Amino acid sequence: MPKGTGWRFSLIGIFLLLSFLYLTPTLVAKLPTWWGGLLPKDKIHLGLDLQGGTHLVMEVDTQKAVEGSLDLVATDLEDTLNSKNLHFKRISRSAADKVSLLFYEKGTAETVQKILKDKYPSYEQSPTFDEGGFVALTLRMNEKDTQDRKDKAVQQALETIRNRIDQFGVSEPTIQREGINNIVVQLPGIKDPQRAIDLIGRTARLDFKMVREDISPTSGVIPDDAELLKEKSVDATTGAVTEIPIVVQKKSMITGDLLTDAQVRIDSQFNQPYVGIEFNSLGAKLFDQVTAANVGKRFAIVLDNNIHSAPVIRERISGGSAQISGNFTEKTAADLAIVLRAGALPAPVKIIQNVTVGPSLGQDSITKGLYAGLIGVLLVVVFMATYYKLSGLVADLGMVLNILYLMGALAALGATLTLPGIAAIVLLVGMSVDSNVIIFERIREELKLGKMPKAALDAGYDKAFLTIMDSHVTTLITAAVLFQFGTGPVKGFAVSLSLGVLINLFTSLVGTKVILDLFLHKGTAKKMSI
Amino acid sequence: MELLGKTNIDFIGKRNISFILSSIVAIIGIIGIIQIGLGTANMGIDFSGGTAMQLKFSKPFAIADARAALHKHGIAKADLQEIKVGNMLLVKMAGAAVGKQSEIVQESFRKEFTDNSFTVESSTEIGPSIGDKLRKDTLIAVALSLLGIIIYIAWRFDFKFGIGAIVATMHDVLAMIAVFYLLNKEINLLFITAVLTIAGYSLTDTVVIFDRIRENMHKNLKGALHNIFNNSINEVLSRTIVTSLTTFIAAASLFAFGGEVIHDFSLALLIGIGVATYSSVFVASPIVVLLENRAMAKQAEKA
Repeated sequence: MPKGTGWRFSLIGIFLLLSFLYLTPTLVAKLPTWWGGLLPKDKIHLGLDLQGGTHLVMEVDTQKAVEGSLDLVATDLEDTLNSKNLHFKRISRSAADKVSLLFYEKGTAETVQKILKDKYPSYEQSPTFDEGGFVALTLRMNEKDTQDRKDKAVQQALETIRNRIDQFGVSEPTIQREGINNIVVQLPGIKDPQRAIDLIGRTARLDFKMVREDISPTSGVIPDDAELLKEKSVDATTGAVTEIPIVVQKKSMITGDLLTDAQVRIDSQFNQPYVGIEFNSLGAKLFDQVTAANVGKRFAIVLDNNIHSAPVIRERISGGSAQISGNFTEKTAADLAIVLRAGALPAPVKIIQNVTVGPSLGQDSITKGLYAGLIGVLLVVVFMATYYKLSGLVADLGMVLNILYLMGALAALGATLTLPGIAAIVLLVGMSVDSNVIIFERIREELKLGKMPKAALDAGYDKAFLTIMDSHVTTLITAAVLFQFGTGPVKGFAVSLSLGVLINLFTSLVGTKVILDLFLHKGTAKKMSI
Repeated sequence: MELLGKTNIDFIGKRNISFILSSIVAIIGIIGIIQIGLGTANMGIDFSGGTAMQLKFSKPFAIADARAALHKHGIAKADLQEIKVGNMLLVKMAGAAVGKQSEIVQESFRKEFTDNSFTVESSTEIGPSIGDKLRKDTLIAVALSLLGIIIYIAWRFDFKFGIGAIVATMHDVLAMIAVFYLLNKEINLLFITAVLTIAGYSLTDTVVIFDRIRENMHKNLKGALHNIFNNSINEVLSRTIVTSLTTFIAAASLFAFGGEVIHDFSLALLIGIGVATYSSVFVASPIVVLLENRAMAKQAEKA
């Protein structure tokens, strides 16, 4: 046996063993019970384009989160100043990052300035200035806090969405933050994508607000502390949508963040689903107080700035549970319960990308991809065997090793196989024999110069080595760039391509060489089948 | 078996023809790039933003009826394409808002094609901001990979060879864009992937030839450059063709059997492999000859 054959064969064998080991979880549907411990459990995942599913990119409107915080500051200040008997004309959020305060007297404004300094030290305060005869001052959120708030909003949105998806029940979802404002959600194999999208994208902000019966919705003049919202109702039989305008108090009595639970229940009388909600102790106390003080009046259940319903408070409700009823189907009630349980999004999200692939198309892609791959492999095998005879068959063997190693490596990395990934593998079938072609042609030349096969073989490998390195490195460069910039399917392509190129270096420089060496190791062989 | 025996073709001598041919292709490619930049080329929705859907109907249908159905429901500008096998319809609407369009399309067919039920095989909605970001990222990706290749080749070979290799690579990229532009095929992310793959792959052939030229230049210092280059190309011609052929076979198999989704992608690969082979012989090498000759003339002047 020629020198070095042993370790080279062992290396090939070890890699082969490892490949099969890592491929086992992918190939075997159910792993035997003894398979555990250190044995690999990762498998090749199928991309959404192959198994079907939905890929969403959502943009969080972080500015809204900042505005929300400022609104809270404004409400909080109102309460504080009222409790201290300091009179003000108006406190409200004025611009994207400011709360403006308007006072009747300079004295009050100066007192408030001190309070603000204590209460909101990180905010930037303006000196007092005159505004239409009133004394004005503004409170501005600083740049860093604004960024922090935005960052936190995206983080919270991500958690909330994760919560909702977990409760909705999707197997192996991926929820990731991308860039500054974006969240990427992947839902493999989902049956009803539209329902999931509605569920995830809903802000689900719940408010209980008192109805202002004293103001007519059609009057056109709405005071500062009230707002005009609409109650939408859909007729179950005709599908017609009617909108009833209702004026409500701007300030919420109770908000959805005081909920501890929300469940679908069925009304025993009408067999209608409704959502039962439970408040925490603070919420229960508030609810008790509000209902006690307002028996006979209407209050509005507001969901994302739409009035869901506006029932009359018949009696004081203590105990902290209430129900939201309406025109629910079991599905819509279940979805509402999920979003209420998981909590509201800190800011609205907008879906900026939605790629949905049906399961049959995915299956079709896999079948066709495999079919194309098989035919490609066969054609190349036949071509090589005819063109380079026995040596060609050795190159074919190298190619098969290549594919096995690549699959094993993909499994070991827990990589995701996409359709372009399959294309990369098929392409590699062609490229993997290229190295051998370059070597074989060189060997043929050396043979023509009259060298003995063994000497021609060695010279061929030596001289072709740099050429092969160069061509592989250039492909690697582009694969790396593709990986860095590509998304989804393209990334899959880049992974397969770069792994394939690296593995190919090994199979062509070590794999096929050792077999050819074995054939010709005595150095006395007169002919070489090439 | 041998595809070619010993050849003796004057490749370098044909450079006038090949340069003219390549220039025309390159100009068309540049026009294509300008059109892409202006957004007037047939852009995929991953770049332009919009909605694309693939619907599978239970029965054959007339494309005119489909168009009329969409029109009736307010979708005036939609690109429709029929795939006869399996009664499929591709609907593409550029620049439409995310969220509404696909529902309207489904609604239209549900109402107008009452006796022909359908399933949504795939639907893609991309907001304009994503398209913009992707376009920028793609430009950076193409520039970065070309730069990486330039640096590598300039390091491995001499600068003149580096220029030859880069011109050939750019030529291949332009040629792929030119063909897709002329065929009015969609420029999408998969096409760019194919272009970048070929940018890396096209160097294989070029490097094989350059290696041989360098080797022969070391061996034979006196011969005319013209001859050394021609001989080198002729010597490695069969491997240039065979390496391309094997990859071509694999890509052709993808093209023929790989299905609709990667049909254009594999077409781009096929074109790229063909052009890459041509350019390594007819573009990369003659440019190096030109540069070498010029350098020598300068040296002669000095002496």
